[in-house]
Amino acid sequence: MQTRKPKAGTNKYVRDLMLNKYLYIMMIPVLAYYVIFHYAPMYGALIAFKEYSPMKGILGSEWVGFAHFKDFFGSYYFWRILKNTIVISLYSLIFEFPAPIILALLINEVRSKMFKRVAQTITYMPYFISLVVICGIITDFTNADGVINRLFMLMGYDGQAMLQKPQLFRSIYILSEIWQRIGWESIIYIAALMSIDQEQYEAARMDGATRWKQILHITLPGILPTIAIMFILRMGNLLNVGFEKIILLYNPVTYDTADVISSFVYRKGLLEFGWSYSSAVGLFNSVINLVLLISANYISRKVNKSSLW
Amino acid sequence: MKKGPGLLERSFDIGIYAVLIFLVVVTLYPLLYVVMASLSDASQLIAFKGILFRPLGFSLEAYKNVMSNPGILIGYRNTLFILVAGVVVNLFMTALGAYVLSRKNVIWNKAFMMIIVFTMFFNGGLIPLYLVVKNIGLLDSLWATIIPFSIGTFNLIIMRTAFMGIPDSLEESAKIDGANHFTILFRIIIPLSMPVIAVMILYYAVDKWNGWFYASVFIKSRELFPLQLVLREILIANSTDGMSAGADAGDRFQMAETIKYATIVVATLPILCVYPFVQRFFVKGVMVGSLKG
Repeated sequence: MQTRKPKAGTNKYVRDLMLNKYLYIMMIPVLAYYVIFHYAPMYGALIAFKEYSPMKGILGSEWVGFAHFKDFFGSYYFWRILKNTIVISLYSLIFEFPAPIILALLINEVRSKMFKRVAQTITYMPYFISLVVICGIITDFTNADGVINRLFMLMGYDGQAMLQKPQLFRSIYILSEIWQRIGWESIIYIAALMSIDQEQYEAARMDGATRWKQILHITLPGILPTIAIMFILRMGNLLNVGFEKIILLYNPVTYDTADVISSFVYRKGLLEFGWSYSSAVGLFNSVINLVLLISANYISRKVNKSSLW
Repeated sequence: MKKGPGLLERSFDIGIYAVLIFLVVVTLYPLLYVVMASLSDASQLIAFKGILFRPLGFSLEAYKNVMSNPGILIGYRNTLFILVAGVVVNLFMTALGAYVLSRKNVIWNKAFMMIIVFTMFFNGGLIPLYLVVKNIGLLDSLWATIIPFSIGTFNLIIMRTAFMGIPDSLEESAKIDGANHFTILFRIIIPLSMPVIAVMILYYAVDKWNGWFYASVFIKSRELFPLQLVLREILIANSTDGMSAGADAGDRFQMAETIKYATIVVATLPILCVYPFVQRFFVKGVMVGSLKG
């Protein structure tokens, strides 16, 4: 499509811009979106170093340097929310991550096609229910006279308002995560399982390998690459704890174990209007995430030769 | 000799079935409980102390209350608007970006790609985003849940990969026929990428249907609340008072329970009816997403 040749000798970027100008015109709304809703907030994060006042705007507000950061690092909340964020992330890595793998292995061992489909369809049903509804159900079931407590009472325990107990919050959070996501997240492993060469199993059976040995020596190694990729992705997201769910479930009584960085940002910033302070905390979270992602990627590139960039 | 492994095999099978059946029951029972409780008589449900296996009594009272609640209806209407307008904006913007970025030999695209991908790893945070939305004047409007989320960057990358797989020759011939980029995108590329488009529609639609957080941050007027915000009030903040008007305090307390369950059913049933039909697309979407790793 070289109808008019740009003058020779012009900068190649300028030439490309002229050559593909209609493409670039199409790109304008997309770039505008990214500039306004992604890069402008990054610029706006400057207020973390200022004493933001809506009257003066971002530029006009006074610089305070690292005052908000110092405030935050020195506060009682700092260790609490850092610890909670890390503990909840690690718990979900340890308990939630393997669950769909186990489910996929189990479903893979079922011979009846019918039962396989029923089990799959039912286990990923909860994934389609909205978070608000899920949390509504959790709140209700864990009530002092909710279903879960009735079950415990049948077994002779006392009923208690579980969501009011700081020591139970994390268990409720993780168990309900597994309940909602196990089926859905197993899909990818089931797909990986289907691509394993069936002849390997036949050969193993000829050699007299038991089903358990087949799982250990053929099935698991077969899906190991998939597991590794999912694990890296998860690592990069380590501190992005599902704060929406936490905000729906926690209350002042359970802040001790439930409050994480993002829920703290939300509360301090939007409910208590500490905009600058809250931005400083948010910025801290973003930076940690970036560092974690870069390190996870670096490690995986060294160890695994698979990386995001 | 023959019996030994046979027995082992059988107990292996029994164990697997037992675990899976347990999982199926644990997954399904809470949902069935909600349905049974919603159909129960409020006073009987409150008094009941065991485990439900059928509705206690039978009453549609709760559903009557829910359906006559203006909040729920308004919520449905707002969510429908956000869903339709949102998915249209999402698809248009994502396709536009994916198309331009999938063109080969376009020098500036590398820079654009970097600008875009960087936003996946770093963001300014919630408060600065709030300030931007506020300054633009989107605060307290349904568009506040649509425009600031016009493109999901991961979706953009998936779509771009799909567009790159389409043979160049098709576009070349269209160009000779005098087609411009818009025509090529909407007449050739998109019709050829329907599977990916379908997956994108589903991903974006689920996002819009379930979204409550940014709505709760950006929207203050009650008549603009999407369904999920209305649900949050009823289910989490426990305010069913508006719906049991006319009943005295005791009845109201009892009715609140069944109303909550009926609300869950009314808000979730549509999705659970649709999902058996769309799940194969979702599965496809998981595959598409995983290819990128």
